[in-house]
Amino acid sequence: MAATRACGAAANTSENIMSLKKALSVASPLTLRIVAECPVTKARACDLILPHSAVSTPVFMPVGTQGTLKGITVDQLDALGCQICLGNTYHLGHETGPDLIEKANGLHGFMNWKRNLLTDSGGFQMVSLVELSEVTEEGVKFKSPYDGKEILLTPEKSISIQNSLGSDIMMQLDDVVSSTVTGPRVEEAMHRSVRWLDRCISANKNPEKQNLFAIIQGGLNTELRKACLDEMTQRDVPGFAIGGLSGGEEKDDFWRMVTLSTDHLPREKPRYLMGVGYAVDLVVCVALGCDMFDCVFPTRTARFGSALVPWGSLQIKNKQYAKDFEPIDPDCQCPTCKRHSRAYLHALFKSDSAAMHHITIHNIAYQLNLMRSVRQSIVEGCFPEFIRTFMKRMFPSRDQYPGWAVDALASVNITLE
Amino acid sequence: MAGCRMKLELSRVALGKGRLGVLKGLGKTGQLSLEVPGCLLHTHLGTVPHLTQDTLNTLSTLPSVTQITLSNIAEHQEVLEEFKDGFRKFAGLHDTVLYCALHDPATPCPTGHTTNKTVSVWGSGGRIELTVAKFMALQKAVKPDWYQSMADGETWQINTSHKRVRKSVDRSLAHLDECLLVHQKSQELEGVEVFGVVEGGDILEERVRSAKETAKRPVSGFCLDGLQTGSMDQALRTQLISAVTKELPEDKPRLLQGVGRPDEVLASVEAGVDLFEGFFPFEVTERGCALIFNFNISSNPELAGRAPPAVLEPGEDQETAGDSQHSGDLNPGDQTQMTSFEINLKDKRYQGDFRPLVEGCGCYCCTNHQRAYLHHLLVTNELLAGVLLMIHNTAHYHAFFSALRDALAEDRLDLLKRRVLGQTERKD
Ligand SMILES: [Zn+2]
Ligand SMILES: [Zn+2]
Repeated sequence: MAATRACGAAANTSENIMSLKKALSVASPLTLRIVAECPVTKARACDLILPHSAVSTPVFMPVGTQGTLKGITVDQLDALGCQICLGNTYHLGHETGPDLIEKANGLHGFMNWKRNLLTDSGGFQMVSLVELSEVTEEGVKFKSPYDGKEILLTPEKSISIQNSLGSDIMMQLDDVVSSTVTGPRVEEAMHRSVRWLDRCISANKNPEKQNLFAIIQGGLNTELRKACLDEMTQRDVPGFAIGGLSGGEEKDDFWRMVTLSTDHLPREKPRYLMGVGYAVDLVVCVALGCDMFDCVFPTRTARFGSALVPWGSLQIKNKQYAKDFEPIDPDCQCPTCKRHSRAYLHALFKSDSAAMHHITIHNIAYQLNLMRSVRQSIVEGCFPEFIRTFMKRMFPSRDQYPGWAVDALASVNITLE
Repeated sequence: MAGCRMKLELSRVALGKGRLGVLKGLGKTGQLSLEVPGCLLHTHLGTVPHLTQDTLNTLSTLPSVTQITLSNIAEHQEVLEEFKDGFRKFAGLHDTVLYCALHDPATPCPTGHTTNKTVSVWGSGGRIELTVAKFMALQKAVKPDWYQSMADGETWQINTSHKRVRKSVDRSLAHLDECLLVHQKSQELEGVEVFGVVEGGDILEERVRSAKETAKRPVSGFCLDGLQTGSMDQALRTQLISAVTKELPEDKPRLLQGVGRPDEVLASVEAGVDLFEGFFPFEVTERGCALIFNFNISSNPELAGRAPPAVLEPGEDQETAGDSQHSGDLNPGDQTQMTSFEINLKDKRYQGDFRPLVEGCGCYCCTNHQRAYLHHLLVTNELLAGVLLMIHNTAHYHAFFSALRDALAEDRLDLLKRRVLGQTERKD
């Protein structure tokens, strides 16, 4: 509804009017207000209004599996300014039943998280359990790693679970193939994902409360991606995810698929790039026009003692930090950096799991701060300058800039000196 | 005397009924105090297990004294020496009194490595042998407010010979004298308090001798070592503590090491103990359990409504408690065993239980989460389980100590004992 008002200022092309009409047909519980658009790149800063609170984009969404964010309390997450995080349908759906979570007032009530939640379809986990799964038109069949029982995850079942969880954004079940697979299987998966999207849309019991996002598939094949975009953008969904990437493909292929997708996605709807969370990837893909990101990396790597900093990362468990009395990042304002030194964290890793929590907090703070700075620079109209400064800080010299990032940025008119 | 600021002001002393008072003059400025009977904050390297400052600070009342142990710290000696500003600052601690003990009460210490001149502590990198010289060098690097003197406490195993026990008393006295000698010559340790260690295993006359001799030294207080849970039953422990405290000056605090179960705490307080190490909530947390025992003796119905009911539904939680009580008593040394003061949240019965751990508990865990969620976190091995349980168990345990002091003040210790031991009694 408000999405229409938000893009009232947009150019009145016929394409835009079309999408306005579509947006009017269902009042989805999502509003996207475009706050600023970068005049040079495709980057934009938006306010994404979701049922539980507003989200400032571009946004990084920390991943909470099994209804918790790796040792961090919801109050700590909230204090870091996190406005949306991921739940995980697959794990939750089978360990603690969706019925139970529904009784607990959904995943929000169960984990007592007052802000927004995005749940995945459960399909993505199948890729990692691919030897256990078999895909048919009906759904994904796999053996539960918990009890060995055969489970059939259909689009209807996936949405039913996500309806029980009550997430603000649900993901469609898609037919995921690894991004390194080529040939007819990719095409089949793309078409099936479109058909499954339709089944997911019809299965959604709470369209007025829960947003269903489509997932663009098509592997690394330009034609298939385009075909998928054509089909899916005709559906009346509140947002789109770019899927099937960040699975080990070449970065050159990755960014081309991202930019192709954003070129064809409607301006007035949010774009979520799945599974992306490295700092450089985030900055580049914001420039390519993406709004939302998620990745387990920052929290997973924290538990191994890797702290993210503007110049890369510190392996806190390495001996070199034993007598380093500086905070992880002297400029960081997170609770960890305000109180503890690298040396203390290094020592604490030998004594208590709280050491992991300290780094997890810092890493989430790092990701959220990075995105806040990105947004601010877009709003202030100086995103290109931000990118140059960011790259300079991240890499010791120009020749260490990754080639794909240089190319991707050049494609949106950013030249790095 | 080594330190001189610490001062125990007793407001109530009744023989065989416990001592109530305030330990004053603590900390660098002497402004901090600790109520007794009281319990120290148990930490791993200055960090309450599982907790960061944010989560720790959700606890409204924390003891002013933080306990750290050389078993965690010894391996970082070089780092602390280079840091120079002491452990408190190194660990990012601010307004807390730092007490440095030898061993971690929650980690069993392998035996057979103690010599006439050395004791050993076990850190993450294995055994570290401490002479008095090294021990004192560590204290200088740590700069605690008070520390436990080096001692040979290897007498807790059943069937330790009389000869071995006597040796432990002699050695510990010799270590104390040597520590005090170094201490008095060390400017860095000016104002730092030393606690002497009373040993003597389970032999009454050795306990008395150790107490008498230690009391002759210029110490600020006493650690009662070798009486930990698992080494003997409470009847013998009570007898030994009573004999020891009779020999100790009334105006100095007594810290009992390695005892944390509420029933044993109550009996030991009656025998004259003032201070305990706060490791029990950590042990309960590590086995996935939550403390639920009742310590409410308030006659005020409003307060009573707020207080934790011990057994929420007779015949429901009771069953778990009963089973564990039985096995717990069979293996008193096995500290992985549940006690009757807790519930095991991994149990399937809590899967759909949407109540807080303890109705009326004001801790962060109970005001925000339900048993079903804790159950889920435990069965999925999520790190948050340890965080939330540690918050509740710490809150509950320290509230118990507060209730214990109230009971002493109001002369209602018997009522408190009946309340706390209630479950156990009903079982017999
Ligand atoms: Zn930080
Ligand atoms: Zn509680």
